[in-house]
This record gives sequence, C-alpha cells and structure tokens, in this order.
Amino acid sequence: MTSPPEILAPDALHHVSLTVNGAAYDLDVPARRLLSDALRHDLGLTGTHVGCEHGVCGACTILVDGRPMRSCLLLTVSMDGASLTTVEGLAEEGDRLAPVQQAFKDCHGLQCGFCTPGFLTTITAGLEDNPDPTRDEAREMIAGNLCRCTGYQNIVSSVLRAAEIRRARDAQGPASREDQP
Amino acid sequence: MKPAPFSYVRPATLDEALDVLGSDPHAKVLAGGQSLVPMLSMRIASPTTLVDINGLAELAYVRTDEDGVRIGALARHVDVETDVDAWRVQPLLRHAMRLVAHPTIRNRGTTLGSVVHADAAAEMPAVAALLDAAVTVASTRGRRTIEAADLFVGPLECTVRPAELALELQVPALRPGSGAAIDEVTRRHGDYALCGVAAVVSVGAAGAIERVRASYLSVSPTPLVLDLSEAFVDGSASDANVDAAAEIATGAVDPETDIHGSADYRRHLAGVLTRRVVRAAHARATASDAQGAR
Repeated sequence: MTSPPEILAPDALHHVSLTVNGAAYDLDVPARRLLSDALRHDLGLTGTHVGCEHGVCGACTILVDGRPMRSCLLLTVSMDGASLTTVEGLAEEGDRLAPVQQAFKDCHGLQCGFCTPGFLTTITAGLEDNPDPTRDEAREMIAGNLCRCTGYQNIVSSVLRAAEIRRARDAQGPASREDQP
Repeated sequence: MKPAPFSYVRPATLDEALDVLGSDPHAKVLAGGQSLVPMLSMRIASPTTLVDINGLAELAYVRTDEDGVRIGALARHVDVETDVDAWRVQPLLRHAMRLVAHPTIRNRGTTLGSVVHADAAAEMPAVAALLDAAVTVASTRGRRTIEAADLFVGPLECTVRPAELALELQVPALRPGSGAAIDEVTRRHGDYALCGVAAVVSVGAAGAIERVRASYLSVSPTPLVLDLSEAFVDGSASDANVDAAAEIATGAVDPETDIHGSADYRRHLAGVLTRRVVRAAHARATASDAQGAR
C-alpha cells in the first residue's frame, strides 16, 4: 500500500512552470484557475480572448505542444511543463506577420477582431496538417470557431490565402518560415 | 463562470489515484476535462477534489488486435480517430469520432471519459452501447468489468462508482459480413445532435440480412439500442423493409421537447436517420472490397 498523496486545501496555490511562446514562466495559481485566465491575468498575455468560457466559441484557442485546444477548458495546474503558443507567438522574426495573419489582413478576414486570435491559432495548426486545403476543407478547419461579424466568407478565403503565402515563403527558402531552424 | 474552489492532486501512480478516490466520495477524476471543466465553470459540478490522471502516461494507449480495440483512459479522441489499426478492425469508431464536437475538442477529450460521462446526447456512449463494448474499472478493492448494457442508468449517470477509476474501454471488432454507419442531425456543425443513429447490419454468406441493430442518441435518457432485425425477415434491404425498420424506431424512441426541437421532430429524425444509416451499413456489409466495407 502506498500512502495517499498530500491533498492541499482548495484555496492553496500550486506552482506551475509553463513555456509560452518560447519564454519560460513560473507562476503560483489556485487549482481552479482556468488556463485562459492565467494567460490573460497572471501572464498579461491578453491576446487570447475569452468569449463563451465553456468551450463553444473557440475564441480562446491556443496551441498546446502544437495542437489547438480551448484554453478555457484547461486547468492551469494540469498544464505544468507544457509548451504553449498564443496569438502573440505567431509572428515571425522581425515582427513579420505569419502567413495566417498576413492572409487575414489581405482578405479582410476580420471586422471587430474579437474571435480572430482563436481563428489564427486554429488555422496555423490546421495548415500544418493540411497545407493545401480545398474551400470545403477550409470550412471544416474553422468549424469550431464562431465569428459574429464576417459571415465567414472572408475567413475561408483567408485560409486559402494563408496556404498560398506559406507555399510562396517555402519556395523562397527554409529560412523564411518561422518553424524552420 | 469560474469553478468553485476544489483541491487538486496529480497522482504519480495508479495506486495513488485509487487511494484518493477511495478516501473521498466527492472526488472526481480529471482526464481530458472537455465536459468536466465547463461543468465546473457553470458550477453544475462541485467536486471536493480533482484527481488529475494526466500524469499516468501508461493509460495513454490504443491497442488493437483481431478481437477488437482497447482504449486506455488517457487516449484522446484524436488518438482513436487517427489509429489505422483501430480503423481497420472497428471502423465505426472513426466514423463516430468525426461527429464528436470539433478537432480542437478531440485533441484533449478522452474517449473513455466520454463514455463514462454517459451523456445520452453524445456519440461515444451510443457507439459503446451498440457495439457491446465493456469498461474495466479499478478501485482499491480490485478491478471489475462492466458491460455496456449494464453501464448507463440515467442522464450523465453510469454504474462506475465514486471510488472507481475507469481504466480501459474494450470495443469488439466488427465481424466479417457486417457493416456499420452513423449519422446525425445537428443545428450547427459539431454541436450536440438533435438526433443521431448508429447501426450495424450483418449479412449471411448469401448476402441476406441476418441482423440489424441500431443505437439512438439524444432521444432517450440513456443510449437506446434497438434490434430492427424483424423488419428484414426476407433478408433484403428493400424500401418496404427499411421503412418498417424506421417505423420500429419512431415507435420506440421517447424524445423530449426542448428549445432546440420538438419531440415530434426528433422522432421524425429517428426514422429518417434509421433509413440512412441502415442503407449505408448494408452497403458496407455487402461491399466486395475492404475499402468499401469501411
């Protein structure tokens, strides 16, 4: 028999180490702190937006070890040791816009911009899986994200445009892509 | 929209997790959390302690042999969806997984967690019930295996006890001569289904239908499995037989009216979807090649 692990009081603080956009962070949070709140309030990374706060709208989507997840559906304390990418971490060296960001600008893929961080992270990961989506596949890629302004047409166009930009930058050489060494 | 305070523990071993669950009847297991965390935030659930099993890497597996697929408690939906061997042995898993929320949710949510969450509006409990899956659970007092037929007892309620941790989901292989399909009607892509139906059609050596079973989601308090075989006494998938199967379904489901749709509409959908999935499953059961059978 092992002895049960020590259980701290509900309001106790837990030490968590995170890598966010390549930078190491140490923070002390109560167990109930949602990751979306830790990013915004504890780390000051307010680029991640909180819409519905129960996993429906997709605005708070971030990348966890490269995979898109809802930060409002993750407990910070459960993410100790994880490597996260938020919208602040998408731009390339020298603050050049990432392909997806540039595509949203080119195609007028946003109006009020509230949902945009979640779209940008979702599409960034989506294009890693499928670098050359059809219009239907682009729709499927963004199906988990809600936008109340654009009617989605320009966002779908942005996905296709982002794929184009990625290909163009790849053709210019590996050094022009952020994920290349 | 913030969870009430709770204690948190992240056990390093399964025994530690079972010790905590055994000593606190109001503790709750956290795996993917894609249903639990919103319930915490909305304060529908207020456990005293969360037992986070994400440190138990030995539970993150999808293992397939000719008998079926075994899915560990930490296997994410995406792991099951993309597993080629699981797709070959039990294709309904992948078909159903594509209807579970969105990829972003499937990246974190666990398949076994979804089954024991026992939401009758979710795909995985309905699939587990249809395929006669089983769940192995552990507590400090030992292990036991619960057949799907004995698992679901009410809305969000299953027979896994508070002191128990669901360890593994066992899903039998699709038998030769069988085909499976699933379809649903939702108000929005990836949203909860107004009604969903999964079916397995089995044919004999001569191609005649021998057995048809279907499982219904969102139209009863627990996943409802119906045997529709009696509609196919002459062994054919004729329009009349498929209509008769749909009639059995609409007579057996017991949907409720809510803001998303009336009971009558959901009952109608049960019939429409029964026709669709029985035809699709029959086409797969009688396909001449392995690709078509999936």
